[in-house]
Amino acid sequence: MSAIEMSLEHALALYRTMARIRAFENAAEEASKGGVAAFGASLAQAKVRGPLHLSTGQEAVAAGVCAQLRTDDLLTSTHRGHGHTIAKGASIERMMCELFGRATGYNGGKGGSMHIADFSIGMLGANGVVAAGIPIAVGAAHALRLRGGDALVACFFGDGAINRGPFLEGLNWAGIHRLPVLFVCEDNRWSATTETGAMTAGEGALARAQAIGVPGVAVNGNDVFAVDAAAAALSAQIRADGAPRFLHAVTYRIKGHVSVDAAAYRSHDEVARALEQDPLELAAIRIAALGGERAALAAIDAQAQAEIAAAVAAADAAPWPAQSAAYTDIQDTGAERWRD
Amino acid sequence: MARLSYVQAACNALHAVMQQDARVVTLGEDVGRGGVFGQYRGLQQAFGAERVIDTPISEATIMGAAVGMALAGLRPVVELRVVDFALCAMDEVVNQAAKARYMFGGQGRVPLVARMPIGLWRGSAAQHSQSLEAWYAHVPGLVVVAPATPQDNHGLLGAAIASGDPVIYMEHKELWGLEDEVDPTRIERLGVAALRRPGSDLTLVTWSRTLHDALAAAETAQDEGLSIEVIDLRTIWPWDREAVFASVQKTGRLLVAHEAVQAGGFGAEIAAATAEALGVPVRRLGAPRIPVGYAPPLEDAARVTPQAIVAAARELVGAPARGA
Repeated sequence: MSAIEMSLEHALALYRTMARIRAFENAAEEASKGGVAAFGASLAQAKVRGPLHLSTGQEAVAAGVCAQLRTDDLLTSTHRGHGHTIAKGASIERMMCELFGRATGYNGGKGGSMHIADFSIGMLGANGVVAAGIPIAVGAAHALRLRGGDALVACFFGDGAINRGPFLEGLNWAGIHRLPVLFVCEDNRWSATTETGAMTAGEGALARAQAIGVPGVAVNGNDVFAVDAAAAALSAQIRADGAPRFLHAVTYRIKGHVSVDAAAYRSHDEVARALEQDPLELAAIRIAALGGERAALAAIDAQAQAEIAAAVAAADAAPWPAQSAAYTDIQDTGAERWRD
Repeated sequence: MARLSYVQAACNALHAVMQQDARVVTLGEDVGRGGVFGQYRGLQQAFGAERVIDTPISEATIMGAAVGMALAGLRPVVELRVVDFALCAMDEVVNQAAKARYMFGGQGRVPLVARMPIGLWRGSAAQHSQSLEAWYAHVPGLVVVAPATPQDNHGLLGAAIASGDPVIYMEHKELWGLEDEVDPTRIERLGVAALRRPGSDLTLVTWSRTLHDALAAAETAQDEGLSIEVIDLRTIWPWDREAVFASVQKTGRLLVAHEAVQAGGFGAEIAAATAEALGVPVRRLGAPRIPVGYAPPLEDAARVTPQAIVAAARELVGAPARGA
């Protein structure tokens, strides 16, 4: 679907997904204040503890790609994965409960922000290890192919992942076995606190994919309509021929590596320029051009805020997991032997 | 009953399981040609390249893809050649396979069997000879199995695939050719040790190839009037505490012998647990903490021999060394 043909209804749906992600990330950020002991804070006040990796400013990648996914498509995500999970259709309340570490969270409090999964919608898990989702996506694609049909696996990873071995291994593997994987490099240009460009030889993600024989395109990852159109084209190709494709979506990490990282290692100018390319603002301009009214967007924003506020309240009121849960879901063989 | 080698027994077991269960797939280097040790002979012809999947030399993705397959409903059997190479897939084993079910709050399971043969293998030097079962036994979420006989390599492989857990399955490279009678209908359970030789003076716990040295040692010791009860652990985790403790309560002494380096080896865990529970004298016997050398005299320095086992047994019971 080209941007010109984009219906107002579809444009508003994309905007709504982004607004819900933005509201979720902002609320999670607020709840995480003081939540990482390594940065000198006491954990006593924080509702969300430990490293919280926000995708603020990267919403267009998740919204645009996942708009082209079906429920029977699978997805692997990263440590910065809230957006992908929301866009795939997960419950925001159960996600927030998981961030709060509560029994009602997706993982019963066993995973937290970095490990949210919802197998009921094909979301096979966020992952705390950079590039670790790539081999998992490749294996899941084998399972889809054995099952038959035209479902695919969307595999999100960051720009830092292209410097790990599983990137080479996984793309090569998907190529030789012709597996239905949409590889999505969500390039926010920062690897923790180091600029990825300075750590990456050659022409980067797309050139590497093409060199391995996985075709693809690069898009402005802050333009949700461009991401949506590219994902539509690539996913249609994958469903038609079963072979992998690559999407390099260039965006920007507005926040620090983790929520309590002030990112003082980069210039104000750089961040200011990025803020001018806010994906929600860019979408709002385009929606106005399509005849959409500001009031409609304001209503979507308000609805997202209300939804997130309710999720936060529910998470705050939810019970902690019983300590006995620490000893379950480990293994069946010798399940009672954890004390030995 | 049929007379089968250790490698053929496992191959037959996998063939039978793949015939019964369409979810079972096999992946790894060279599996289509039967595997470098012949463990997969005939399987690709029988089940096709979609279920017996040839892979690049990409250990991390062999293991990681198996995790993805398992999370998506398959039951992969993973060929990793030797444990030394499986180290290239450590993240995928330790952080992914072992953790997924717990991290995701029980949503996903990782039923897979990762075959990573251990052990000395004449002339193979430092990167093809290690026994690292203790590393994997240390990781919550994993099951660790080390069969010592053709019968067990048949039965335990089937049990490992059926278990629904991520199982580290450690065959021994010097046992591939070992032949014995195999009953293919016999069902094995993980976590159950086997009493290989009854005795009364001390309990000798061992596994994998060292079992055969232990049995030779027990025979020698018998001639000296020392009666050794030999227990083949078979499953390293969860290890069969009940069987070991019952034997030690009878004999009053425990010796653990294994091919792995003694320091931090799994024998230390068994010895400590037994001493804590029963307060009996214990002793470990493993390799010195040296890499395995290539030349025979160097390699032999790392080998736990029947003679060394007999000497350790004598010392444990306070018998004078022969000739002393």
